[in-house]
Amino acid sequence: MSSQNGNGGRGGPWGSGANSGPGFEDLFRQAQDRLKQILPSGGPRGLIVLAVLALAALGAWTSYYTVPSDSVAVVQRFGQYNKDVPPGLHFKLPFGIDAATIVPVKRQLKQEFGFTTPGAGDLYQGRRPRDEKTRETQMVTGDLNAALVEWVVQYRISDPVKFLFEVREPTETLRYVSESVMREVVGDRTVDEVITIGRQEIESEALTKMQALSTKYAMGISIDQVQLKNINPPEPVQESFNEVNQAQQEKEKLINEARRDYNKVIPLAEGEKDQRIREADGYRLKRINEAEGDAARFNALFAEYSKAPEVTRRRIYIETLQDVMPGIRSKIIVDEQTRSILPLLNLDSQKGDRP
Amino acid sequence: MNKITRIVILAVLGIGTYVLMSSVYTVSEVEQMIITQFGKPVGAPVTSAGLKVKVPFIQDVNPIDKRVLEWDGSPSDMPTKDKLYISVDIFARWRITDPLQYFLRLRDERSAQSRLDDILGSETRNAVAKHELIEIIRTTKDRVPLRDALLTDAEREQDIGSLVPIQKGRKLVEQEIFAAAAEKIRVFGIELLDIRFKRINYNESVRPKIYDRMISERRQIAERFLSEGNGEAARIRGNRVRDLNKIQSEAYWKVEEIRGLADAKATEIYSGAYNKSPEAVEFYEFTRTMQAYKSIIAENTTLILSTGSDLFKFLKGMTPDGDVDPHKRSGDSR
Repeated sequence: MSSQNGNGGRGGPWGSGANSGPGFEDLFRQAQDRLKQILPSGGPRGLIVLAVLALAALGAWTSYYTVPSDSVAVVQRFGQYNKDVPPGLHFKLPFGIDAATIVPVKRQLKQEFGFTTPGAGDLYQGRRPRDEKTRETQMVTGDLNAALVEWVVQYRISDPVKFLFEVREPTETLRYVSESVMREVVGDRTVDEVITIGRQEIESEALTKMQALSTKYAMGISIDQVQLKNINPPEPVQESFNEVNQAQQEKEKLINEARRDYNKVIPLAEGEKDQRIREADGYRLKRINEAEGDAARFNALFAEYSKAPEVTRRRIYIETLQDVMPGIRSKIIVDEQTRSILPLLNLDSQKGDRP
Repeated sequence: MNKITRIVILAVLGIGTYVLMSSVYTVSEVEQMIITQFGKPVGAPVTSAGLKVKVPFIQDVNPIDKRVLEWDGSPSDMPTKDKLYISVDIFARWRITDPLQYFLRLRDERSAQSRLDDILGSETRNAVAKHELIEIIRTTKDRVPLRDALLTDAEREQDIGSLVPIQKGRKLVEQEIFAAAAEKIRVFGIELLDIRFKRINYNESVRPKIYDRMISERRQIAERFLSEGNGEAARIRGNRVRDLNKIQSEAYWKVEEIRGLADAKATEIYSGAYNKSPEAVEFYEFTRTMQAYKSIIAENTTLILSTGSDLFKFLKGMTPDGDVDPHKRSGDSR
């Protein structure tokens, strides 16, 4: 056993020593049996030999220990710090004169707050009751709202001597520090920051503050990372937070729909406008060209007409009438003097007679 | 060697071992020892670690922790200055600086913890009762929170997404508790290293009200989003009608303008041609009229012509009687 247990202090955090074996008594008994067979005579001499052998066995049993590759051992002689021992098989003075405490300095350790990953055993995590887990997460934000925050702290033991001798419960103290710092950081933020936009900032600020405190407390622990996990509003409020999200989506939807209607009509109208303008342009060209044509035709005709106006005029007149007349179904030719028949004329019954 | 001698030797050995065992003791790195003689401390405390010697039997060793120790208060409900019941959980770190004093006044750690419970508990109550809740929650006085980009200015005016202002902050309140408690604890040979709020939460009975407030705040934000959406949509629909009318009327304007210019140009061309001289005017009228007959006079037209007309003037005789103007009458039958 490590020396701390022998002298009244609470056990060190990694208190299980390297040596003491539960199999010790069995072994002793076996040895005794075997010795009885070898020395059947018994008697006080035999007893002394037995005792010496037992002592030797105990000495051998308590004089070696192995240090795992991710750890170092801190050796204390009569309780006084002696040395750090690297991984491997090592020997020490027996009978509790030397005590070796193994500290996993290279292992990445973590503490979880508000949840537990089964198997990712931190010593203190398993002990906590369920109720404690929810209480760990409950925080009050800087705008006096409530939020549930879960997080993880990754740390290593950077200084085994400090870790063992400076602070009594370094890992538990780290838990307190972590909870305290996280609440301090969250308490300086709005609920929106905590839940959505400020996560990274919270992680980095909590990390800096925790590092500062662990240095100040000289716990021999270095904090590598603070990671936020789930952050939720409290159960009864969650629905209304969802409502906000939904409303945000609904807002986008409404705007998009209105834009859709706009886009459906306006570019088309622009096109139609261009169409109408182009058509009008077409009309303009047509009109001007036609006018030019008409004018050219008239000018040409007029040039000839001016040479013989009377005849041309007659010709055109007669030609026109010749064109027009045949198409007319009823033609009535009356003498200039017999105007009196005109009222009797039944215009409807007239049948055209063709010349 | 007879049997008695052997027993005596064994007994002497045994007693010797026992005396030796009770006159040496080890001191660990994490502790210091108070040596007591019949219960009364003698000499200075042993603070260095290692193997030590004492007077056997009459002196006892009392280990006292040298490390930094923790004190974890149990959560307790207390009112703040603004009459809110909150549950406060604090922790402190302390160290035994005067082991003799500590040993005399408290003897063991259990009584030390209970003194700390009393003193820190009451100082915490005092400090909390003197401050509003927000002073214990927040730390940095002038921190400007990040704002959700989706919030509008109107919401900002309503204090949504802003922090409640503070005068002192958590750190100062912690220091007040610390200062008051450290003084009282020093007499026990204990140095208080620091104290921090571990957890602060609304009391169970206050929580529903807080939740109601949060819900109403969220609802209001949600409503705002909805009405913003509807408002923006209405704006866009308005834009649509406006832009549509603008585009269509612009089209109309352009079209009419172009047509007018076209007509004007055509008129200019026509008048340029037809208005050259009186003869041209007269000839135009004549040819244009002739042209018009072709389209005006249709199949169902009834035409009454007199023999005096230019076309039929020869029907009554070879020679037309004088210069008769062409006289025609035409009209639709219906």
